[in-house]
This record gives sequence, C-alpha cells and structure tokens, in this order.
Amino acid sequence: MKNRNKMPLLAAPYGVWSVAFIVIPLIMILYYGFTSKADGSFTFENIALIAKSDNLKALGLSVVLSLISTVICLLIAYPLALILKALKFKGSSFLIMIIILPMWMNSLLRTIAWQNILENTGILNNILTFFGLPKAHIINTNKAIIIGMVYDFLPFMILPINNVIQKIDDDVINAARDLGANYFQTIIRVILPLSLPGVISGITMVFVPALTTFVISTILGGSKILLIGNVIEQYFQYIYNWNAGSGLSLVLMVFIFISMALVNKYDKEDEVSAAF
Amino acid sequence: MENNKLIDLQHITKSYDGEMILDDLSLYIRENEFLTLLGPSGCGKTTTLRIIGGFEKPDKGKVIFDGKDITNLAPNERQLNTVFQKYALFTNMTIADNIAFGLKIKGKSKSYINDKIKYALKLVNLQGYENRMPDSLSGGQQQRIAIARAIVNEPKVLLLDEPLGALDLKMRQDMQYELKRLKNELGITFIYVTHDQEEALTMSDTIMVMNKGYIQQIGTPEKIYNEPENAFVADFIGESNIIPATMIEDKLVEILGAKWQCVDEGFGKNKPVDVVIRPEDIDLVEPDKGIIKGRVTSLIFKGVHYEMEVEANGFEWLVHSTDLSPVGAEVGIYVNPFDIQIMNRPESDDEKAVSELEKED
Amino acid sequence: MAKRFFMKLYVALVVIFLYAPIAVLIVLSFNASKSRAKWGGFTTDWYTRLFSNAGIMDAFKNTIIIALISAVVATILGTAASIGMNRMKRLPKTVMLGITNIPMLNADIVTGISLMLLFIAFKIGLGFKAVLISHITFNIPYVILSVMPKLRQTSRARYEAALDLGAKPAYAFFKVVLPDIMPGVISGFILAFTMSIDDFIITYFTRGTQVDTLSTKIYSEVRKGIKPEMYALSTLLFVTVLVLLVIVNRRNAYLEEKQKKKI
Repeated sequence: MKNRNKMPLLAAPYGVWSVAFIVIPLIMILYYGFTSKADGSFTFENIALIAKSDNLKALGLSVVLSLISTVICLLIAYPLALILKALKFKGSSFLIMIIILPMWMNSLLRTIAWQNILENTGILNNILTFFGLPKAHIINTNKAIIIGMVYDFLPFMILPINNVIQKIDDDVINAARDLGANYFQTIIRVILPLSLPGVISGITMVFVPALTTFVISTILGGSKILLIGNVIEQYFQYIYNWNAGSGLSLVLMVFIFISMALVNKYDKEDEVSAAF
Repeated sequence: MENNKLIDLQHITKSYDGEMILDDLSLYIRENEFLTLLGPSGCGKTTTLRIIGGFEKPDKGKVIFDGKDITNLAPNERQLNTVFQKYALFTNMTIADNIAFGLKIKGKSKSYINDKIKYALKLVNLQGYENRMPDSLSGGQQQRIAIARAIVNEPKVLLLDEPLGALDLKMRQDMQYELKRLKNELGITFIYVTHDQEEALTMSDTIMVMNKGYIQQIGTPEKIYNEPENAFVADFIGESNIIPATMIEDKLVEILGAKWQCVDEGFGKNKPVDVVIRPEDIDLVEPDKGIIKGRVTSLIFKGVHYEMEVEANGFEWLVHSTDLSPVGAEVGIYVNPFDIQIMNRPESDDEKAVSELEKED
Repeated sequence: MAKRFFMKLYVALVVIFLYAPIAVLIVLSFNASKSRAKWGGFTTDWYTRLFSNAGIMDAFKNTIIIALISAVVATILGTAASIGMNRMKRLPKTVMLGITNIPMLNADIVTGISLMLLFIAFKIGLGFKAVLISHITFNIPYVILSVMPKLRQTSRARYEAALDLGAKPAYAFFKVVLPDIMPGVISGFILAFTMSIDDFIITYFTRGTQVDTLSTKIYSEVRKGIKPEMYALSTLLFVTVLVLLVIVNRRNAYLEEKQKKKI
C-alpha cells in the first residue's frame, strides 16, 4: 500500500516542469496581450489590432487557405487509408514508415524544393512545356501556399485516419455488406462514423499548424502574401512590439481552443497517442 | 431429393499464399436443414462458410444458390445473412439502429422497421433494449442482437461462424437451446461452424466433419458418433479407444492378441484395420468373464460416471462406467460385438490427413 | 484486377507527391551550378566542401546536441511522469494529461512566443539554454503519449506477482515493468529526437542571436539563396535514416520469419 501511494511522486518533476514551461508562459502571453506597451496598464488595444484591415485580411486569408488545405488533405488521406485497408497490404507498417520518412529531411528545405518545382521556369512548367501545354503560374500565389501546406501537413492527416481505419474489425465491414449495403453505403454508414475520432484529430493536426504558419508563406508566397503568422512574426522579430504580437496570438488561440475542444469531445485518450 | 438442394457447392478449391485450404470440396445443403461444419482450427470450415457468404472467392468451383450461380456475387447481393464470430455489431449505433441496418438499406417503411425491431428483440428475449449501445451489453446479449440483426432480413439461410465461441459454458449451453428454438420458429436453413463437438451433436440435423480441407464424414449426429468412418472422426467426436487390429475374417477381429466377435463384414481376410470402442461401451466384468484381463490404474469421479483407465495387453483402455472398480483391482474387459466399430487403415490422400491429427494435438 | 491496379496507382501517386521534393533536393546536392535555377553538370564538390563550411557544421553540431540532450531528458522525465500519472487518482491525472496536450495541440508559434516571453521576463535569456529547455518542453508530451498506452496494457498483476515473490519495488520495476513498456519508451525517444531535429519555429523564437540550428540557418538563407552544401548535408542525413530504416525492417522481417519456423 505504501508503495502505491508513493508512485504518483514520480510525476512530480514533470509537474513542476510543466507549470514552469507550459502554464506560466501561457500566462505571460495573457499578461502581455492585455497590457499596453507604453505604460503597462490594462488594455484591449492589442486584441483590437485584429480589426485593422491588413490584419483582418491576413487572418481571413489564413483561415481560408488552411481550411482549403485541410479539406484537400482529408480528400487525399481518407481514400488512401481505405485503400490500404482494402489491399490488406502486408507491409502496411512499412508504408507508414515511408510516409513518416520525409519528415527526416528538413521541412524548410523540402518546402524550398517546391520553389524549384513550381517556379515559372521550374520543373512543373518544363514538363508542361514538353507536352505542349501552357505554363502554369503558381509560385508566389495562394495556390503555391496551399500546395506547401498540403505537402507539409499531409502525414499528420494520414497517420491518425489510417490508424483508426486499420483498427476497424474486418467483420464489421463484412457485416454491413452481408446486410445488403454496397461498398459506398458501407463507407458512409459504418466506416465513416467509426473513424470519426481519427478524422477529427487529423483535421486539427493539419488545420492548426496551417493556420499559424509563417514559413510556408515566406518561402512559397514571396513577400506579397501575408498570413496571420507572418503578421505576428513581424511584431516580435522586426517591430519588437510584444504586446501587440501577444494580443494577436490570443486571437489565434481562440481557434486553437475550438480545435482542442473538438478533439477532447471526440477523442478518447488512446486515439491521439495512437496517431503517432 | 435433387429439387430441395438449397445450396450446392461444386468442386470448391481455395488456397492462400500457396497453402491449400480447401481441395475440391463438394457439398449440398437442403432447405430447412441445420448443418454443422465441424473440425479443428485450420480445417477449412470457416473458409467454406465465408465462400458461401461471399466474403471469399473460391479459386475454382461454383456456389449454386436456389438453382442460380452466385459464385461472383458480392455479399450484399446474396439472400443470406451471417452471424459473425465476435458479433461485429456497429458500435456507433444503438441496438435498434443495428437491427434496422439491413432494412433501412432496402428502403423499408418506418412502421415496418419498428415492428420488425420489436419482433426481433422479442424473439431473442431482449425486449426494451432498443436504445442501448452495443458496448453496454454482455457477450451473450450482443450475440443475440447479432442474430436479431441478421434474421430481420428474412434470409433463406443463416450462416453462423462459431457464434458461441466467446461465451462461457453456462451461457453457451443456454444459447444452444435458444438457437435450436429460433431455428424451429423461423423455419430457415442454418449453416453452423464450430470446433465444439458437443455443440454440433446437440444442435445439428447433419454434421460435416472436416480436417485439412477435406470432408471426413457427413451424417446425422447419431451416425457420426456411433459409426465414425475413420480414426480422425472417432477421435474428434467424443472420447474413444482407437486400437490397431487385424480383421481375421468376417465378424471376427483380433485386438491386442485376443479374438473378438464383431458385426462388420467385407473387409477381407487378415486385413490390418483400426477399431474404435467408445469408453461407455466397455463393460468391466469379473476377470475370467472378460475377453482379456487387465488392472485398473486410475479412477476419477466425473459426476455422471466414473472414468477409469485399465491396463490390459499393453494398452491403456479408457472406460466410462457408473459402477466403480477401485485402483489396483483385476478386471475382465468385455465389449458387445455390436459396439466394436471397424475402420479401414488410411491409404488415400485425404485419409492421410487423418493420421496427421495425432501430431497436431 | 483493374480495381487493385488503380488502388496501387493511388498509393504510388501519394508516395510520389511526398518524395518529389526530396528527389529535387538530392539532385540539387550534385548540381555544379551554385544557382538553384539551372543545372550546371554533375559534381560531388558540395559533399567535400561541406566539412570545411564552419557555419553549417556548427549548426549541424548544435542540432544534434540539442536533439540528443532534449530527447534523453524528455524520455527520463516523461517516462517517470507516465508511471506516476498511471497510479494517480482521476482528477489530478486528467489535469496533468490536459496540460500535456497543450504543447501538442497548440500552434508552434504561440508556444515559441510564450517561451520567449518567459525567458526574457525571468532573465534566463535567449540562446542555447533557452532552446534546450524549449525542446525538452515540447518533447515530453510525445514521450508520455508513447509510454502511457504501453503502461495501460501492462497488467498490474505481474508487478504485484513480482512483489509477492519477494522483489523490492525498485527491483520489480526494473525487471518487470520497464521491459514491458520499453518499446513505448524507445519510440518516445525516437519521436522526441525527430521532432527536435525538425523543429524550426520554436527554436527561431528562443535562440536569440548567437545560436543556429540547421533549420534557423536555412531560414536565414531563404532570401539570399541556400548554400548547396546544405543540400549535401540533408541528403546525407536522409540516406542515413533510410539505410537504418531498411536495416531495422529487414531485421524485423528476419526475426519474424525465424519465429514462424520455430512454430
């Protein structure tokens, strides 16, 4: 009995650590976000900065581009998981390795490589010209940013969805077929509802980083396209107005909290962890 | 006879990764029959069922259902339903939605569906469970829901894949009666897969014993039990003494050096055979009155009978009797000629599958 | 089977999409022209020059040291925390797991900024120490999420059996519990190491001005052009991991085959 009561103490070092480096830093953002840079008094002006037309435009664009990217990721990942299940591919764990492996090449470099592919004189246009097709102007447009987002975050959609789908008992799918459902009805009525936790965690794992990125827009969007991440980065790294940057971060966190709430609602503990 | 073949499997062959699961299997099932496919794991019984259900395609051969070739039809296009081993309920739906699944797909009316749900739940003794979720039910209850979900579609045939395998003994025995009752009430054909010989003997009209992808014997439970065609069937169904022997002539066999009267004919003269003697068919008598003499080496009380082992002429005889003979007692062994079952020694390929059984266990 | 063909084609297309940029980078590492835009012939110069490029080698060293230390510390803290949390009452456990989820689900930019504000406000300062603390912080949750499921799978009965047979708790832990959760601990470590190596955003906000990792060095070169040595280095890293992966996979397949034969 004595031992059992002592066991939780093992979590104490991490408990202290997490308060110092997770909880307190978040309080710091709250503090900076609600105080004025000039005199340190309480203010809403940092939050109100989001209403400035440039900032609002950046936020709007971020939301739109990250939503589109999330949907595309979902449309690529879901069929992939279904196919992997249907193929009963023996090395499916090996295939998952193949999907994780690119993460070992620096993600900034991989994004830069997309410059080479998408540039006006890049690989894609060379291929198009070779087949006598008109050139595509993609680099430094929203399209390039979407491609970058889809590319960077696709594994985070594939892994959790694949995980829940592979776990669905084959006989549950067989049962649906046996009761008269065709393949499409089986997907809609049985597989989709059962895989919802994976889909939700995939969506948040793509949407949050896509919404807040400033790297992809910097590399593939040129200097013309600003996302909300770029705006916040500028406040911190170039304008040195931490209060303003914190205020805007708090606005972003509203979206993040919505995602977290969604995950908590649909996910049992196991699912998030199993995603990796 | 020909016209009431409901399902006809013709020359079915199936292998996985070069491993032969079913080899040229032919089998027919009559309307309203309770057929059990019985055998050890890996014998091909589940594969046979899955081929009938449409979850596997045979490499060769045909599946004829009600006179039509359904070999290439998908499961949802077949007029039969399956009860899966681990129930395979839809955990995201209520019990009512589980049962209604097939009917909704077919576009039945709401009132029809509701009536059917009520009827099915009553049939499996689970009235009032409509709004429960599958996870909140016990194993036995989930199994009954799985059966209800299948039968509301009014299939001509119900396929059951070891449906009681995950239940405890008491529950299993209750469900055996339940299934038998359902079968009689519904008047449909059951094809039942199990490795439990007692289950098979209790419920079936016909038993097909399988091993290594071959049919070993098809017959009524009585026939399978009393007249096993080979050592595999004898050993798999119930306990038995299987002893190598020599058929001296018609109605006379030499077992362990002694001559025994029997009733079998037509094996030829001085032919090596196997004999099967069920433990309950052995009478322990006074030493001089038996055909051979032996000594009791162990005694266990089993409830309805005593189980004894008797050492006689170099063989350990297994004996079931309501009369007790203490360990160490000298006894005589006598068997009624009618209870000595003579079997051919394995020669052909599929009979060889039989003799490999001993290694497996 | 046309259907199977199209299924396989789909998988292949996804894999091609994921690997196209990697192929581009590998090709660039052999490009004699310094410019990204044109092909100047095949060379292995960048691979030899890589080792004399002090800036890149320094950044590489920092990256590896930070990844290694942060992964080791996170694995120790995280494994201990998991074992502790596993025996906690419901409420404190839920609170701690909730806090653990924050760095996982929060945006990196917010995590980075919040840590930066902390380090400055509490005079810890930005730089190597700050980056290391930050990496440990975002690595621990990955370790916990790898170890926790394994802990839940291990039966308490086995630990109690060890105690019953006379083992001291520490001995029972190292002999019975730890071997059971080891796969989770190892995958937690690998995950933490990977996350640390690939991190850019959090490092970017906490590094100050002196410390460079490969990621921050690359970011600072985006505008003026990436040095080809960088392509060479990342190709080497990638190939190393690929080879390791193939070896591990072969070994597992071999062991499985062996196991099968035994049965």
